[in-house]
Amino acid sequence: MQKSLHLDPNKCTGCLQCEMACAWENYRSFTTAKSRIKVFTFHHEGRFVPYTCTQCDEAWCMIACPVDAIHLDAATGAKVVREATCVGCKVCTIACPFGTINYVSQTGKVQKCDLCDGAPACAKACPTGAITYVDADWTGFGKMRHWAGRTDTNAATA
Amino acid sequence: MAWTKNVLRVNLAAGTCTPEPLNMTWAQEYLGQRGLATKYFVSEVDPKVDPFSPENKLIFVTGPLTGTMAATGGRYSVITKGPLTGAIACSNSGGYFGAELKFAGWDMVIFEGASPKPVYLLVTDGQAELVDASDLWGKTVWETEEHIRKVHQDPQVRVAAIGRAGENRVLYAAIVNDLHRAAGRSGVGAVMGSKNLKAVAVRGTRTDAYRLADPEAFIAATEAGKKALAANGVTGQGLPTYGTQVLMNVINELGALPTRNHRDVQFEGAQAISGEAMHQKRATDGKPNLVTRGACFGCTIACGRISRMDPGHFTIKDKPQYQGASGGVEYEAAWALGAANGVSDLEALTYANYLCNEDGFDPISFGATVGAAMELYDLGILKKEEVGFEIPFGSAEAMVKLAEMTAKGEGFGREIGLGSKRLCAKYGRPELSMTVKGLEFPAYDSRALQGMGLAYATSNRGACHLRGYMVSPEVLGIPQKMEPQATEGKAAMLKAFQDLTAVVDSSGLCLFTTFAWGLPDIQSQIQAACEGDWSPEHLLLVGERIWNMEREFNLAAGLTGKDDKLPPRLMNEPAKTGPQKGAVSKLDVMLPEYYQVRGWTADGVPTADTRRRLGI
Repeated sequence: MQKSLHLDPNKCTGCLQCEMACAWENYRSFTTAKSRIKVFTFHHEGRFVPYTCTQCDEAWCMIACPVDAIHLDAATGAKVVREATCVGCKVCTIACPFGTINYVSQTGKVQKCDLCDGAPACAKACPTGAITYVDADWTGFGKMRHWAGRTDTNAATA
Repeated sequence: MAWTKNVLRVNLAAGTCTPEPLNMTWAQEYLGQRGLATKYFVSEVDPKVDPFSPENKLIFVTGPLTGTMAATGGRYSVITKGPLTGAIACSNSGGYFGAELKFAGWDMVIFEGASPKPVYLLVTDGQAELVDASDLWGKTVWETEEHIRKVHQDPQVRVAAIGRAGENRVLYAAIVNDLHRAAGRSGVGAVMGSKNLKAVAVRGTRTDAYRLADPEAFIAATEAGKKALAANGVTGQGLPTYGTQVLMNVINELGALPTRNHRDVQFEGAQAISGEAMHQKRATDGKPNLVTRGACFGCTIACGRISRMDPGHFTIKDKPQYQGASGGVEYEAAWALGAANGVSDLEALTYANYLCNEDGFDPISFGATVGAAMELYDLGILKKEEVGFEIPFGSAEAMVKLAEMTAKGEGFGREIGLGSKRLCAKYGRPELSMTVKGLEFPAYDSRALQGMGLAYATSNRGACHLRGYMVSPEVLGIPQKMEPQATEGKAAMLKAFQDLTAVVDSSGLCLFTTFAWGLPDIQSQIQAACEGDWSPEHLLLVGERIWNMEREFNLAAGLTGKDDKLPPRLMNEPAKTGPQKGAVSKLDVMLPEYYQVRGWTADGVPTADTRRRLGI
């Protein structure tokens, strides 16, 4: 079964454990500037929103890459950057509509979320359940359940 | 090892930024943050220095666990000589700024001298420069952050700044980072203002800023720590749900909530300004004050409050800039802006708290000073003509008006900005100032909680609850229940708390973890991060060393054991109501025992034996 990162901003507190976990996974450093998942603070709305690559099926980045450095991991569905092939041309960063693939000047390559080979470090580190790794076909399950629970079944149980 | 081993020395007079290696011998003796920076400070600064003279220094410092995955590992401290107290000032803040400084590759930044014109420090990894801030002088903390991010086209830069309160030398001005986290107490912002330093802006992107001693052990220890925080009732439920405001009703019911300048120990309006009230829908607009909770860097507790006011409230009706969400009241702020003045309007408290964040001043000292002014007014000593309007106890209008005036240094706000001690002295009633060593009390009454009274009297920065939080044993039963009115064993427990707190404040962790974590939990994380011996015994020795070092600085600055005292009201006027009715502080019984437990003389001076044992 394919799984998908599921982000629920309502549960996010902005602690950045996910960003540190991502940086640790890929750089053995907690420096959040290197994270592939970012938490955005919308201060005046009182909202924290984690955001990263959604692993598009028809991935703009993959299609745009002139050297085929981005490939599909068939097991996870992740679009993964092959660092050895990437030439750092940044065309993918222009092609991506969401800004979730970015150049890293330290390496001269681009980086994006690769779902950590099926065990995303961000989801493991999230203390509130704002980031989970769930059945890719059922990311709506929690929301559905919530609304199902609010359905009026019969007057006697109200 | 978890130190970057780099110190940035900034000479504001000369305009130079010079890197130097961290003194690693001191790092082994004082750990980091509060302890290590205080060691630098006392080694370089004359204790008799005028806090506002260029000879005073100002140190921003992180701990070894700052900028790590350890839960709450994002703290930094600011160390200087405080203008309110004339004692060592050490103020601790969360948010994201401290971790960013660490990621840029710096353990600490030492500011020396004073700049001839307003400047801010811009740190981008290894690069540091002073930038002209003439355009920013007169601006708020919030405007300053926005401006710096815009000018450098970098929305990810983290900013710690002073507002107009720091510029105007409000003696309890704060340094505010990330819009609403503050090195809040003891006037560190006023010292920053005296140096013409408007802000410190940092961007840190280094992956090699520091190295952990044992990465695998560190990940294991921090994961265990997070589990313990989640499982604990205080850190896993109480604080996430209600923030520190979980205490308001508890402390009030215990009869330990100082009210109207400590005239009373219970506040009839406590419920209306409590954490529970923040969750309730308002009658006016049907929405609750609380929007959500917010975490500081790396914190899995998330006690921070994000509030949104009633847009129709009289304070912000025509001010759209305050109608969005922003940092809500914590317990101490709600107490000081509320109970200390008899004000029970939660929205007014929230507005005043916004002003404290926006212009950088401590809501505890501000609120307590307003409480003192209201008592002077109530007694007919302070007249309406001097203030410009009436300031009776309970007036939300008066409280918020004074908050607006204090930051800007307008009219009677100037007097409020000098703090309760100077205000009461000016009007000939020094005994009405509810302070220790010039610092205003926070939200626990010394008559009701005997150990807290001792903690206030002996705290190295004046009346502070965060140097030895005896509320833990006396109210919450952590690590064991102690009767509030008992004096037996309080001195020894307080010493243990003070020493452990000094360790936590030197590590990069938040003190709130200690509701769930004991020394072994903290020790395992420090040991995995830092090379060297960080056994529990060594850590407690480090804590005790830090405490005594601060004490010696204060003694050299001119304070004595005679300053370890509480205001006469708390010694002589019995609590009027509640479970502690009739109680006064028994400080006289506890203090000699405390000196003894500390290894100090009867005058409160560390003995030669103690100094030798601690290596100071």
